[in-house]
Parts: sequence; structure tokens; C-alpha cells
Amino acid sequence: MQKAKELFLTNIRQYAMMVALVFIVLLFQYLTDGVLLRPLNLTNIIQQNSYILVLAIGMLLCILTGNIDLSVGSVAAFVGAVGATMMAVWKWPVIPSIFLCLLLGILIGCWHGFWISYFRIPAFIVTLAGMLCFRGLTLVMLKGQTIAPMPELFRQLSSDFIPDFLGAGGLNITALALVGAVLLAFAFFDLRDRTHKLAYGFDVLPLPLWMLKIILLGAVVMAFAHQLALHKGIPMVLLLLGFLVLVYSFITQKTVFGRHVYAFGGNEKAAKLSGIDTDRVFFLVYANMGLLAAVAGLVFAGRLNAASPKAGMNFELDAIAACFIGGASASGGIGTVAGAIIGGLIMGVLNNGMSIIGVSIDWQQVIKGLVLLGAVAFDVYTKNKAAK
Amino acid sequence: MAKTLLQMKEITKTFPGVRALSGVSLDVREGEIHALVGENGAGKSTLMNVLSGVYPAGSYEGEILFDDRPCAFHHIRDSEEVGIVIIHQELALVPYLSIAENVFLGNERARRGIIDWEETFSRTRELLLRVRLQENPATITKDLGVGKQQLVEIAKALSKKVRLLILDEPTAALNDEDSENLLQLLLELKGQGITSIIISHKLNEVERIADRITVIRDGAVIETLDNGERNVKEDRIIKGMVGREITDRFPPRPPAERAEVALEVEDWVVYDPLFLDRQKIRGVSFSVHKGEVVGIVGLMGAGRTELAMSLFGQSYGHRISGRMRLNGREVTLPSPKEAIRHGLAYLTEDRKSAGLILMDDVRHNISLASLGKLSNRQGVIDDNKEITVAEDLRHKLRIKTPTIFQKIGHLSGGNQQKAILARWIYADPDVLILDEPTRGIDVGAKYEIYGIINELVALRKAVILISSEMPEVLGMSDRIYVMNEGRFVGELSREEASQESIMRCIMQSNREVA
Repeated sequence: MQKAKELFLTNIRQYAMMVALVFIVLLFQYLTDGVLLRPLNLTNIIQQNSYILVLAIGMLLCILTGNIDLSVGSVAAFVGAVGATMMAVWKWPVIPSIFLCLLLGILIGCWHGFWISYFRIPAFIVTLAGMLCFRGLTLVMLKGQTIAPMPELFRQLSSDFIPDFLGAGGLNITALALVGAVLLAFAFFDLRDRTHKLAYGFDVLPLPLWMLKIILLGAVVMAFAHQLALHKGIPMVLLLLGFLVLVYSFITQKTVFGRHVYAFGGNEKAAKLSGIDTDRVFFLVYANMGLLAAVAGLVFAGRLNAASPKAGMNFELDAIAACFIGGASASGGIGTVAGAIIGGLIMGVLNNGMSIIGVSIDWQQVIKGLVLLGAVAFDVYTKNKAAK
Repeated sequence: MAKTLLQMKEITKTFPGVRALSGVSLDVREGEIHALVGENGAGKSTLMNVLSGVYPAGSYEGEILFDDRPCAFHHIRDSEEVGIVIIHQELALVPYLSIAENVFLGNERARRGIIDWEETFSRTRELLLRVRLQENPATITKDLGVGKQQLVEIAKALSKKVRLLILDEPTAALNDEDSENLLQLLLELKGQGITSIIISHKLNEVERIADRITVIRDGAVIETLDNGERNVKEDRIIKGMVGREITDRFPPRPPAERAEVALEVEDWVVYDPLFLDRQKIRGVSFSVHKGEVVGIVGLMGAGRTELAMSLFGQSYGHRISGRMRLNGREVTLPSPKEAIRHGLAYLTEDRKSAGLILMDDVRHNISLASLGKLSNRQGVIDDNKEITVAEDLRHKLRIKTPTIFQKIGHLSGGNQQKAILARWIYADPDVLILDEPTRGIDVGAKYEIYGIINELVALRKAVILISSEMPEVLGMSDRIYVMNEGRFVGELSREEASQESIMRCIMQSNREVA
């Protein structure tokens, strides 16, 4: 019991944000007379925020090192512009173009990473320079014009839905089946992990509690899937996002590289003296950010069905805010992918909900700003309290 | 007899688990130079921190009288108010500000918040004249040498109407000429009626300029020697500093048998990474055998940590040259990663800033240097194995923590130290360099760490023990190298080694250099 309490206390920040998200959802569900969670709107929330969430995942790694990346909005715009030029103007085939765009993102990330890690120029400055450069290059690439439309296949991949193989109109059976399968897989792996832990003699959740956890989780997720199924099913973007969340959660929590990132942010000197190649870790984090910025750029271009010179404005700030709201520490070493996603969703639901009830854009900014400040103030407050 | 300016009565200061000062009384007469000597960790700096208000009134027991008035300082500002100024070993100047700005930092010559530069500069010029520093007050401080910076600090102290000047190791970082200047200046200031307390390891300087010498050992005053006639000799001071009985503070260990060499270093030369032409390690050669504890002793600034870190994957210094053989094979270790791979480990002296990931838990801090062992080829960590390993070491080393999932920042110093030791034990090195392994931890934990060292040696590991606490080195080492100013100036067997013989090695080499 003592242990459970301690676990709860150490994770209070994460739980608090989860609770805050649920609270905000319920609040706007009430304020919008139920519009918020309607099938169409739910789908919108996902699609509107997908690119910010993708960026937030990469940004979290940067923030774990105790830095930020200001260039991601411009990089996303630039990659979108290059992609649109390849596919829509030069009529290159879609799939190879996408790969080239991702490669371009990695190269841009390496460029930043090179200066940041091997020359130790502050990341703030390198990525500020990147922000200006790539915004400029976007304008050069597009000659100030918008390129549209994108090829059909690209649009389908980025902003369409998983086709309903199983159902026949109406409720999207494929969506339900897919989500159900994912849930079962999760339950299976979690149970296996539990058995392993038991074999090692570690403390685990008692079986009835474990079952309750799975059932509750299943109920919430299936209800969510049901709403999506009532509309057009699962957006491709959600599939991509789910994949990225899984992969990056795994990388940060389970791999040596992930541990190195946390150690780097927690105490670079100690990490180095423990045999960690800190320069390489730093470099890879920024190279990866470039890749995810490219992904976000493509997703955004797909959603707009165009590449515009103004694409990606302020994306970096939204992504950074998402991480901080989600419990990441500005000095590095603390934060999780799940937290960043929750932070991003809090911002997204606030945006969407306020728009529906007619709060103007200017006031939305004010409220989002206060939420960010409030979340971090809460963080600092609980930490100070824990220190005493 | 001159009147007494400062009286400290029965000062007792305890830190969690350690009694740093017990019933220390000190009185300083007006217009004298009073030297405070003792080994590292004897309590000199603690006493001065009590005096200057770094440790606020109430956090210690005892009484302080300055000018016959009782004082309760809560802040350095309070003590400066009455004219007590302390100049720390690490200078507190802002490198990118001018001399004048530094002199009046926190005490700006200003009217309604607007700085009066005329007055600032003219006052600074006067003060620089007093400390005989011929520099333009507008010179940027970082462009000055350490010696001149020291003088700027003194000018800063004089600007505050100082009555009692405390200097902590003022000549430790200075060359002979600068030291000489500084000592002359102190004598001059004494002529102007300024009283000073000087903390120093350089006993030859102490015997020359101090009027009285107080010896502190283990947090207590041993004696105060009157040096009015300049007749107190170094040997007499050393006797006071080290005259301690060593009984059973170290777990017994059978003497090392001669075994093959684990680490051999030849002509190791390292340059300072900041002052590029300054040699920090000047051609050191030594060897360590398997199953042996080799101690390296020296005063602060001798270069022990620099030597250790430069050996450990060139973590310190630049233009490193020399040869290094591990288990008979010549190696070059360009990074800590390579050093660890070749079986070398280095336990840092600076636990908080270079050892621990404070925000992370005990388990992750233990596994940090050996994640390769806990993961598969794809770099995926086996959590369960990690937990098992951490639990195992926690039991073996008796790390006191509720669980291995506890944040390491919440543990006591001794347990943090054991956790880092666990990290290196799990890395399974052949040679372990332990840099101040018992710094700032209580006696019980110290004893346990000595026990762990003995167990490592029994497993045929080679241990290099660097410590400022001479009794510790004497009690634990099979062989001792004495280091001074970047050189090894003596090698002593267990039988030959004593605090006196070590001090003599150091003093002798100082004299040779001078």
C-alpha cells in the first residue's frame, strides 16, 4: 500500500494532467451541448491536432535533453513545399516522393544536430536560425504561391480513413474490429509482462484489480472507437499517430538509447562519466526531430490538400507547450511521450471546444497561455512540496 | 596587549550525521594576523562560514562577540555590515565586468539607483593604489591573472570598510611571485590596523607572517601557538595538525601479495583545458597491482583529480601524452566509454554534479554505466533483469532506501555514494579509481565503504584511492604516492607512511620549487 501511495505521489503530475484532460472534455461536452464528442467533431479534433502531436513527440526528446527546437514549424512547411513540388508540379510518384521528403527531414535534423552537439552552439540559436532559413526556403520553393491540389493517393494516405472492408455502410465495423484487436493485443502483452514480473517475484497489481483496469480502459477506448465508427471510421492519421506513440514510448522507456536521453538531460556530466556518448545522443535527438517535423509537414499538406507558404506557423510553440503541459521539465530529464500527447490533447480540446462555443481567437490565445502557465506552476508547486 | 577584536565561544555545528565543530573557541586580537591551520575537513572553513553568516545564527550553538558586542549573523550581508569580510578560495568575481564594477558589486556608488561612474572609478583607483595593483579600473576582470584577481577581491573588501579580513587559502592558486606580493600586502594592511585571519596549507608562509597560529583538528581547537617572535617551526605545526591516534577506524585486510600489474602509467602529461600552456600534470609515472590499494595524497590543487580524470578516457585536460598499459596491454582511451570497455572505472569526487542523476531513481542510477549488459542486441533493456541487479546490489552494499524506485536525491550522502559505488561494481572493472569516496558522509557509512573496498581487493581488483583525509589513505592503502603541484614527489610503503612523512615530502618539494 505504501508503495502504491508512493507510486501515485511520484506520478501525480501525470495523473493530474489526465484528470485535467477528462475534466476539460466533460466541461466542453456540457458547454457545447454534447457537440464536442459527436462523431464528426471527434474526428476533427484528431485530424486538427495530429501534426502538433507528431511534433510534440519529437519535441519531447529535445526537451528531455534540456533544450527546445524552434525550427520545426518552418521545417514542416519546407518539407511540405518540397513534397508538393515533387508530387504536384513535377508529377513524381507519390510513395518515393514521401520517402525522399522523410529523408530530407532527417538531413535537416542532422544539420541542426551537427551544430548543436559537435559544435555545442546552443540549440535555441541553431534552431532559431533554422526557423528563419527554412521559412525563407519555403517561400523560395513556393515562390510565394500555394501549390494545390495534391495527388489523390497522397491525399488518401494522409487525410482519408481506413476503408471499411467488413461493414456495409452505416456503422464502421472495421474500425471497431481494429480497435478491439489492438485492445486484446495490449491485454495480452500486459498479462505476459505481469506473469514475467511474478516469476521474478516483483509486486504486481492483484488479478481482480488488473482485470478492472483492462475493462475500464477497454470501455473508454471502445466508446471512443464507436463514436469514430459512427462517422467515417479511423482516420489514417490516427493510425500513424498510434504507431508513433507506441514506437516512441517504447524507445524512451525500454531502450538503451531512451535511457541515455534521460540521463543526458538529468546530468550530462554524470552521463558522460558513465560512458555514454553524449554528443551522439544529442545529435540523434535532433536528427529524429527533423524526421518527425517532415512527417508533420506531410500530414499537414495532406490535410490542407496544399502546400502553403504560411504552413506550420507557430507549430513549434504549440508542440513545446504540449510537452510542458504534459509534465516535461524545462531543465531536462523529466517527461514522457504519453504526457506530451495528453498535453497536446488538452490544448486541442480547448481550441476546439472554445471555437464551438464561440470564444474568439484572441481570447483563446489568452486562455491557452494561462493554461500553460497554470500547468507549469502546478508542477513547480508540487515539486517544491515534495522537496520539503 | 592589544584588545580582543573577535571572540568565538564554544561553537558547535552539526550537519546531519556529522559533527563538524565541537566546542570551538577562538579569539583574535585587534591588528594581528591569525592563521588557522588544519587538514582538509578539520573544520576551518565551517568555522569561517559560521563567523561570516553563511550558516545563519541558530544553526549552530555558541556565541560570537565582535568588538565585545554579541553578534547573530543571518546572512553574509550582516557580517559585512560590522566589517567582517571573507574572501573564498574560489574567487567570487564576475569575469565579464570591469575591475571597478566588481569592486562595487552589490555596493554600487549610486544616487537614486543611477550609478555614479565618476565616483566608482575614482574610488576604485584609490583602492587599487592601496592594494598596489597597477591596472586600469575599466579593465575586464577575466583578462587579469589569478594573483591580480585576488588583489581585486581584497580591494573589494577594503571598499566595505573591512575590520576583519578572512582569506581562505589565498595563495593556493598563486605562483611564488604573486604569493609573495600578497603576503607583503597583508603585512602592510596589518600596519594600517586591519586584522586578518588566514587559512592556509602552506605552513612556510604561515610561520613567516602569522602572529598567532590556531591548529584545528577533527572539529576542535588543539592549540593556539604564539608566533610573535616568529619562532614556531613547521614541524611543530604539523605535529599539532596530525597528532591523532588511529585505532580501528578501518576494517583489517591481509597485506597485498605481489601480483601482476593491472595498470601502469608512464610520463603522463596533461595540460590545463582553460589555460592552454599550463601543465597540470607534469610527467607522472606509477603502477598499480592486482589486489592492491594504492593511495594518492596531496593538498588541494595538487592535481589528483585531474590525473584521475585524464586517465579515465581523457575526461579532463588537453594535449594529454604518456603511455598507459592495462593488464599488460598498451591502450589509448579517448572517451569514458572506451575506458569502461577496457576495465577502468572512475568514481567522481563530485557526487552531485558529476555522479548522480538526482531526479532519477536508485535503480537507474545503478545501471547507468552498464546498460549494454542489461539489454539485447537491439538495445532493448530487460527491465526485470535491471530490477534484480539493482535489488541485489542494494542488499550487498546495504544501501538504505525504502525501494530501488526511490529518487536518489532523497537518499543520504552515504547511501548515494554506495549507489554510485554499486554502479561501478556492476560495471565490473579491473581498476577502480575512487576519488574522495567518503567525502561528506558519516563515520558509519565510511566504515562500510572501507569494507566494500576490501571486498573488491579480495576479488583481485586494483583500487586507486584518492583522498584528502590522510588517515583514510594511511589506513586503507598498501602503498602511497604523494602528489604535489602536478608531480609525484614521493612513494611510501605502508610501513614508511605516516602523516609526518607525507607532509615532509610535500614541504620538501615546495622548498625545491621555491
